[in-house]
Amino acid sequence: MDAGAMRRALARMAHEIVERVETGRALLVGVHTGGVPLAKRLSEAIEAIEDRVVPVGEVDITLYRDDLYTGLEKPVLGDTRLPMDLSGVTVVLVDDVLFTGRTVRAALDNLMDYGRPARIELAVLVDRGHRELPIEATYVGRRVETNKSDRVTVRLIDTGADSDAVVVERA
Amino acid sequence: MKRKDLLGLRDVPRAEIEHILDTAVRFRGVSERRIKKVPTLRGRTVVSLFFENSTRTKTSFDLAAKRLSADGVSISASSSAAKKGETLMDTARNIDAMAPDLVILRHSCAGSPHMLARSFDFSVINAGDGINEHPSQGLLDMLTMRDHLQSLEGKTVAIVGDVFHSRVARSNLYGLRTMGARVLVAGPGTMCRPELEVLGAEVRHRIDDVLAEADVVMMLRIQRERLARAMVSTAGEYADLYGLDLKKLARASERTLVMHPGPINRGVEMTPDVADHANSVILEQVRNGVAVRMALMYLLLGEIDEAAA
Repeated sequence: MDAGAMRRALARMAHEIVERVETGRALLVGVHTGGVPLAKRLSEAIEAIEDRVVPVGEVDITLYRDDLYTGLEKPVLGDTRLPMDLSGVTVVLVDDVLFTGRTVRAALDNLMDYGRPARIELAVLVDRGHRELPIEATYVGRRVETNKSDRVTVRLIDTGADSDAVVVERA
Repeated sequence: MKRKDLLGLRDVPRAEIEHILDTAVRFRGVSERRIKKVPTLRGRTVVSLFFENSTRTKTSFDLAAKRLSADGVSISASSSAAKKGETLMDTARNIDAMAPDLVILRHSCAGSPHMLARSFDFSVINAGDGINEHPSQGLLDMLTMRDHLQSLEGKTVAIVGDVFHSRVARSNLYGLRTMGARVLVAGPGTMCRPELEVLGAEVRHRIDDVLAEADVVMMLRIQRERLARAMVSTAGEYADLYGLDLKKLARASERTLVMHPGPINRGVEMTPDVADHANSVILEQVRNGVAVRMALMYLLLGEIDEAAA
């Protein structure tokens, strides 16, 4: 997926979100790390369509993972910032790649410890299959067939890449 | 963090101290939200073994464990078999038989946490061993300083009081020197001996000699036992010469932080109006204590899940 395809997919997802969700009581929450810049892009795309700003938050799910590990040299914990109370709000979780579903499960548990949203939906840029939990995305940029051993990375200029791209490395 | 235990700050390298402090900052958020719990250490067992009295440190460690969803058990010596004559090693063997993941030990004998760490597989955190070290206190103190000073490199920290007998002072001294700070100590000659220079402190004797240059002034509690053993004449004289009041504080810079590990003897090491002064960050120290202890437990008990990796 190249930069143009990514832009079109995000624009389509923004339209889908605007159709389904009452944007006045919505919050886009990026899942660290890849989902955070995408949540910001979706918010900008929605603003272009509706002339309304949907706030953006972020969650770092490291403390909720089911495969806890340390041994890394740098701090691995990111910030969890939710700019509003979650009651009565539709939260759209945003991540770059949906794979086993375990990250989304952790993000759901993390969100619930902050409050009780009216509804939680999921937007992902790439769905690469191989789910290990019964979790599906509400909004999907593109479905990509992969082998379990492949590596799928989303590169964004927001985080330093030369250009936007989705890269699949076959093992 | 690849270590099994945290026994002191003496041999902890700078990068590791920074890693712990950065991790602690993330854990502050957990104590500030409505559900003050994350599932990270679910099902792990933490045993606190306190042979000396403590309110602050014990509660702080207990809450840290609970907020990480670990199961915490507290044993205090006064109500334990130690009173019936059981040795520390036997107590530890019995606890070990119950499969703890982490034991937190406070004991009057320096080196006792080190002995447990060598002898058992569980992780050990030193919560104070005699006059040796109290590393989690040193870390929370440095975090509090870093919050206000942005960096500890090149800063000047003055520690005033019974430095020689203070494990809090020692851990701070080791940690601050590692982080590139300058440490001045001041107190009566009986408590502020020249030997402290070997550990990296600059020894002064009068509180006035340290206040003007200090970015931080940390006051230590005078223990009644020391008064009884005639290390200083009376609490009143100590307060006059070494206690911090507004008049002395005025000789420090406007932004000098005032710290104290607690509990404070109001009127001895500081007057009430200093304890409650705008520059006093004593309650922030306590808040940071829970976060630092959560960070330590997270970093010590986190493990690599080989199957998932």
